[in-house]
Amino acid sequence: MLSLIVFLHAAVQAGTPLLFATIGEIVTEKVGNLNLGVEGLMLMGAVGGFMAGYHSGSPLVAIIVAALTAMIGGWIYAFLTVTLRANQVVTGLAITILGTGISGFLGQSLVGEVLPKSFTNVFKPLSIPILNKIPFFGHVFFNQNLFVYLGFIAAILLTVYYKYTRLGLNAKAVGENPYAADANGIDVSRYKYAHILLGSALCGLGGAYLSLVYIPAWQENVTAGRGWIAVALVIFSMWHPSRAILGAFVFGGLDIVGFRLQELNISISQYLIDMLPYLVTILVLIFNSVRKDFVAGPKALSVSYFREER
Amino acid sequence: MNEKVVELKGITKVFGTVRASDNITVSFNYGEVHSLLGENGAGKSTLMNILCGIYQPDSGEIIIRGERAIVRSPRDAISHGVGMIHQHLKLVEDHTVLENMIAGQKGSFFIRKSKLEAEIRALCDHYDIQVDPNTKIKDLSIAEKQRVEILKVLYRGARILILDEPTAVLTPQETQNLFKIIKKMREDNCTILIITHKLDEVLEISDRITVLRKGKYIDTLINENLEPRTLTDKMVGKSTNLEIVREEVKPGDNILEVSKIVVYNHENAHALFDVSFSVKKGEILGVAGVAGSGQKELCEAIAGLQRVTEGSIRFNGEDLVGKTPRKIIDMGISMSFVPEDRLGMGLVSSMDITDNVLLKEYNRQHGVFLSRKEAKKQALDLVDKLSIDTPSVDTAVRLLSGGNIQKVLLGREIETQPELIITAYPVRGLDVGSAHKVYDLLNVQKQKGVGVIFVGEDLDVLRAFCDRIMVLCNGKVTGIVDADKVSREDLGYMMAGRHMDEVMADV
Repeated sequence: MLSLIVFLHAAVQAGTPLLFATIGEIVTEKVGNLNLGVEGLMLMGAVGGFMAGYHSGSPLVAIIVAALTAMIGGWIYAFLTVTLRANQVVTGLAITILGTGISGFLGQSLVGEVLPKSFTNVFKPLSIPILNKIPFFGHVFFNQNLFVYLGFIAAILLTVYYKYTRLGLNAKAVGENPYAADANGIDVSRYKYAHILLGSALCGLGGAYLSLVYIPAWQENVTAGRGWIAVALVIFSMWHPSRAILGAFVFGGLDIVGFRLQELNISISQYLIDMLPYLVTILVLIFNSVRKDFVAGPKALSVSYFREER
Repeated sequence: MNEKVVELKGITKVFGTVRASDNITVSFNYGEVHSLLGENGAGKSTLMNILCGIYQPDSGEIIIRGERAIVRSPRDAISHGVGMIHQHLKLVEDHTVLENMIAGQKGSFFIRKSKLEAEIRALCDHYDIQVDPNTKIKDLSIAEKQRVEILKVLYRGARILILDEPTAVLTPQETQNLFKIIKKMREDNCTILIITHKLDEVLEISDRITVLRKGKYIDTLINENLEPRTLTDKMVGKSTNLEIVREEVKPGDNILEVSKIVVYNHENAHALFDVSFSVKKGEILGVAGVAGSGQKELCEAIAGLQRVTEGSIRFNGEDLVGKTPRKIIDMGISMSFVPEDRLGMGLVSSMDITDNVLLKEYNRQHGVFLSRKEAKKQALDLVDKLSIDTPSVDTAVRLLSGGNIQKVLLGREIETQPELIITAYPVRGLDVGSAHKVYDLLNVQKQKGVGVIFVGEDLDVLRAFCDRIMVLCNGKVTGIVDADKVSREDLGYMMAGRHMDEVMADV
């Protein structure tokens, strides 16, 4: 029982970068833009955050720079797909390659470097009074670091945003039917830009969690494919930010299950373990497509919008 | 109150080489219903899209309530009180009526649902429209969706409403309902601009009528003692014979017998249920129904493109159910399908006429390599015979006008000498001249003893052109009637779901 709690506690931590990236991609897809550049954006956030943290020593500056670095990537994506109406899939893949290159290049001299002590202090586990007394779940969810809580809060705020606010409703309308949204007086381009940038910033934070908290040292290609899992997780959570919480932690668990099995002296090839999240993704896709109430996502996803189209 | 609310001055808009709107000057008054009449490509929609901010004019100015207005987007148009109800309704299917109405509206940060609901209900009551604000759009009928769209525009405070072909998807009864709402809006001193090409409706509802032709302004007439003839002459530009001919042909044996077929759509609901009918040689069977009543599935089921779960489709006595199009061809069955979606299913839009002919022709050639010579000859033949207006047979078909595209498609199909032709909305989007060319082509085939299934939307055309009309409603047959013995209204009732026996018993 105790080891299960420890395992789940670790799964939440491993799931947090996935959570940020997933809700980031949800925000992007909700306005009708499929951004396959999540992996690249995470890496840009990771390297930007690490460099800023390494040189300034301030966790706050690191987080802000991480978000801003990823937003540069997001802006390039938005400019290409919204303003120039380029193919979203190709653009997204380009962003992934670009982000991987940038993080490798900038991180070259930082490999193996460790962040100052201030980081481990700020991101040490903080118990939330009362809630941490809940049996079993108390430790799993409410004895975590600040970054993890930030993820919860972001997901919940987004849920409220889409369900109860006018801005959220307008954003959804843009992703469902930009022609209708435009006819309603919604500025389609502005909504797309704003949400793509917000989504990118969230992806960047996901990457920063890895380089600032999870492994507080720089290593190349620190995301190791998590960006791709996030793209799949968007479908798993059926475009609901609140469901992304569950999905991210399940996949976080799959991510670390290999280590735990080693500890229990069960030997399974690491390669097979590494396949697990993707295998589950395939199963989820199959499961999703046979469901009656199958949600295919925003109707205008990955379709460029041009008002004067005839 | 006979004052101008909108003046359009010298509006010009060019798309590529087409002058869609050529120096048009026209004005609209407070509290009037004003119809814009013209054939396809006359520039009605272009002009209205400019007024509501979808298109930017290349030159010209818009004056609203005496002041020069700059309308760069639908948002600007709304702020000037101009709202458009588009032919393809601009609603988010997955959202509720309420969500659609408030999207893009300014207001409190959080959505105050109960307050907004009350506002919407009050508006509904005023116009005597029944709709629940919490239903999702996708659960509404087309007529209901259109009413929501009108409500939406009114809710935004529009005083000038533009309706683009509002009756195209409605039954005659639903049209009357719409006219009631329009009259109510006129009482409230709104200006209603209707884009249409249906003459009888124009004469019924309009105060004034503006005729456009090929992007040019022709005339504005006051609707008093107007003859339809006057309008059509202005629309077409010359005196025309608009009579549709029904060739009297003595029908032969049944070429097609459809018996109790059932087809499911992708949502596992009935697309067709218990549909039975027959088509004779030398007969044109019309198919009427509100859009989406199962017409598409019916055509595709016969052509072998839809899975038929129950029943039989016999062509000259041979059952086609469960056979692929290829198998049907191999059985020696000669049938042509001219689908609604001309450039999607019918032709490959980016290929030229020759290659499109080749797509059907290649099958008759032997060996590994194809000869384009034969196809090119056929293509040249088609262009010549049907007077297709194209620079050459090497021109991509998507660059042709709607009428010429249809001629290519229909011509190619007829070349294969079918015994049965299935056509879905063959004259949709065609101008009067091209439409008549299509009727002529089909009439020639009819005289040759070919059976024709003609899915149409214009009830007057169906009544004048077909021998019998089958009416579909929600995938069921509500009646099969003789075309010369049925009235528009009766067809309308059947389209709305009442069975032919009931409808006829009322008379």
